Amino acid sequence: MYTEKVMDHFTNPRNVGEIENADGEGTVGNPTCGDVMTIYIKVKDNVLEDIKFKTFGCGAAIATSSMITELAIGKTIEEALKITKNHVAEALEGLPKTKMHCSNLAADALKAAIENYKSKK
Amino acid sequence: MIYMDHSATSPVKKEVFEVMKPYLKESYGNASTFYSLGREAKVAMENARENVAKLIGANPEEIIFTSGGTESDNIAIQGIAYKLQSKGKHIITSSIEHPAVIETCKGLENKGFKVSYLPVYKNGIIKISDLKKAIADETILITIMHANNEIGTIQPIAEIGEVAKKHDIKFHCDGVQSVGKIPVDVNKLNVDLLSVSAHKLHGPKGVGALYIKKGTKLKPILFGGGQENDLSPGTENIPGIVGLAKACEIAKLELENNFTYLTNLQEKLIDGVLDNIEESYLNGDREKRLPGNVNFRFTGIEGESIVLMLDSKGIAGSTGSACSSKKLTPSHVLKAIGLEDLDSHGSLRLTIGMENNEEEVITVIEEIKSIVETLRSMSPLWKKK
Repeated sequence: MYTEKVMDHFTNPRNVGEIENADGEGTVGNPTCGDVMTIYIKVKDNVLEDIKFKTFGCGAAIATSSMITELAIGKTIEEALKITKNHVAEALEGLPKTKMHCSNLAADALKAAIENYKSKK
Repeated sequence: MIYMDHSATSPVKKEVFEVMKPYLKESYGNASTFYSLGREAKVAMENARENVAKLIGANPEEIIFTSGGTESDNIAIQGIAYKLQSKGKHIITSSIEHPAVIETCKGLENKGFKVSYLPVYKNGIIKISDLKKAIADETILITIMHANNEIGTIQPIAEIGEVAKKHDIKFHCDGVQSVGKIPVDVNKLNVDLLSVSAHKLHGPKGVGALYIKKGTKLKPILFGGGQENDLSPGTENIPGIVGLAKACEIAKLELENNFTYLTNLQEKLIDGVLDNIEESYLNGDREKRLPGNVNFRFTGIEGESIVLMLDSKGIAGSTGSACSSKKLTPSHVLKAIGLEDLDSHGSLRLTIGMENNEEEVITVIEEIKSIVETLRSMSPLWKKK
């Protein structure tokens, strides 16, 4: 049901955790559908220097969180904002149909963290 | 691999497989034919009927073979509903039935029947007083499962049957999870119809049975060559039927022994998890429960990820979390016992079978403990105090 790539990111998630004194923090999801994720970002010279996540959810939710940290670290804010759900799913070599919308929230969480960062400036 | 998902399906016993083999190869006759090959099949089928009947205290002529639990439930519920609809169009069931029952009831609602879904409360068990209140003049059928497939809770079937009898209402019981695991006697339980599935009791998939008490009339919902009293037409699945019967025969012999063995492992698993993992809970009544069934929930983490991680450790279990279901809605059973959505996502069902042993239970407890820790350390909803 999941691709090898999804299972890899689920089993060995990259960049799990919190960033103390993060420059931005965003939480999306809702307990009813069973996925909640928080993304923390550290920004230096308009570049995402570090990203960490914490996720409550299924295999897809955890894998997409892990994947977006890999996709976005080192990118400028503008580049990072262009990452979409589809990019995350493609990078994971696909997600089951039912998971595309419910668990593929990482791009939204990253956007929320960036908005939070911008609002603080 | 440690297989702890016996309520999903169970491995076919060696003895069961052996008795099935000849009916796939040499004795492949169609039981409806009159030459010796066909007669052989017919004899095997009638012997099988006796063994299935014995396990549940029925007469052989009260048993029909079906393609499994789902078909049995459909034949029984729709069969009674359409047969008795001139008397009334009201059905009573519970809110934690298997989809084979719930969806059949919903289908009947679309055809103008009224269905009452009895609540089950925190322990996962219906109240007889609720049942009595729900009964109306138009009530023609009560259909309530014996043991629940998710949380293993056992309903007071004999008492329900008594109430049904007193009001002259037909009573169907889905016995798919209970038959072969706890004593089931159709007369003591006062049931008119009882569904059985082979693969839950170490028989093959694709075969089951329906007990129909003598004198109970059903309207057929399937049409064909008239097999099984016109109720389950189609060429009889002799290898499956023979396998089911062998599984029933073994279950009858081993029932008491298995009950003790499974209950012991179940208790160890429950205590091991609840005592060693903070904020872990058992879903459903602890006492009135199927031997071998455990259903936990863990605050702050989600069920599918627990199951995936267990799988990576070679342990097979399941979850009622929405994330693993095709419909993406939380389990109706966990909802019915009053769990909040968030809690219902954190469930893990393990169902122990006779091939499991104490050593495996200990391994499973340790793995669950470490998985719960890992997932909690990743969860934004788990704040360490």
